[in-house]
Amino acid sequence: MNINATLLAQTIMFALFVWFCMKFVWTPIIGALEARKKQIADGLADAERAKQDLELASKRSAEILREAKEKAGEIVANGEKRASEIVEEAKGQAKVEGDRIIAGAKAEIDQEVFRAKEQLRTQVSAIALAGAGKILGREIDAKAHNDLLDKLVAEI
Amino acid sequence: MSTEVQTSAEYIHHHLQNLTYGHLPDGTWGVAHTSEEAKAMGFWALNLDTFFMSLLLGAAFLFLFRMVAKSIVAGTPGGLQNFCEWAIEFVDTSVRGSFSAKNNMIAPLALTIFFWVFSMNLMDLIPIDYVPHLMGALGVPFFKVVPSTDPNATFGMAIGVFLLVLYYSIKMKGLGGFMGELTLQPFGKWGMPINLLLEGVNLIAKPISLALRLFGNMYAGEMIFILIALMGGAWAGFSVGNATLYGSQVLLSLGWAIFHILIVTLQAFIFMTLTVVYLDMAHQEHH
Repeated sequence: MNINATLLAQTIMFALFVWFCMKFVWTPIIGALEARKKQIADGLADAERAKQDLELASKRSAEILREAKEKAGEIVANGEKRASEIVEEAKGQAKVEGDRIIAGAKAEIDQEVFRAKEQLRTQVSAIALAGAGKILGREIDAKAHNDLLDKLVAEI
Repeated sequence: MSTEVQTSAEYIHHHLQNLTYGHLPDGTWGVAHTSEEAKAMGFWALNLDTFFMSLLLGAAFLFLFRMVAKSIVAGTPGGLQNFCEWAIEFVDTSVRGSFSAKNNMIAPLALTIFFWVFSMNLMDLIPIDYVPHLMGALGVPFFKVVPSTDPNATFGMAIGVFLLVLYYSIKMKGLGGFMGELTLQPFGKWGMPINLLLEGVNLIAKPISLALRLFGNMYAGEMIFILIALMGGAWAGFSVGNATLYGSQVLLSLGWAIFHILIVTLQAFIFMTLTVVYLDMAHQEHH
């Protein structure tokens, strides 16, 4: 086995070859690997972000749902309140109306009574006059005795 | 080898001789020190260099991937894990592309084959005199550092694949089905001998082509490296011609080495893909 300059030539060639590989083979491979790594990292980050977004959205939707429920409850309560108010109001109105009707009726009755009394009184005074005329045997001048009659009527 | 100057033929011969362990002519077991001794050992001899290098490279592959697998993380992968994932994805994609049946063994097999063949081929890029000189200094007479330039290695792998093809053919189609495939087509049952001949050749051609393609490509590549190296080896004093030869050696071997990056990868890929395709065919009912 003889060692000669071939070995040197091979060493030069090997150095050049290694240089070539570092520059033209290694670089694109590392580039591809880096790109892959970045893609994975980005993907994971995106997934994480999406997860957070989802969490936020679900939180937000729960909140909206809660708010809506609250509002609905409020509306129902308001409605109930308003309904009872209307009922109360209607009751009050009815009572007032009833009272008014009763009062009217009473007034009418009083008036009727008064009128009947008045009539009665007039009739009584007429009868009394007629009676007195008959007793006295002459016509009483109604005009002349009007004040007397009135006095009489007031007495009855 | 003595210290006398080698002729070109001796140089080539030396580079193409495996380190063979076997039965020496004097009746003892040992390493052959000449090609004649190695040849005289017959079949029952072992190419220690092929054996050692292929085991070493296989173990290196297993160790590397095992290391990554043990410390694997689910998030963004770091350097080595990133590389291994990349490689596995690449193999997995090509297996999916060419293997249609369902078998969980195929993708790992393809990965192993690819990396093993690749790393064995890659040894071709080490300057061809480095290892033999180093081994010579250590007293080892021969050392071929590229296992895939040894037909024993390539045939070994190809036979392994062939046995898998036979196993899956019989497993998937049954012994009768497989025999039927060998004997009943393409000419029907009356053409049985011809069918058997045709299909038999078809079957045997698979491992042979697998082994010879890899061996042939790597052997030829190695041979060209040796021939280029001889140009500088013809150095005999300083002259314009010698200097030109010397310079051409550097440039040519550099060019060939760069081109060889392609061959190294391509041959590994071809070996892997053909393995997958042959196994796919073994899984198919018809072909």
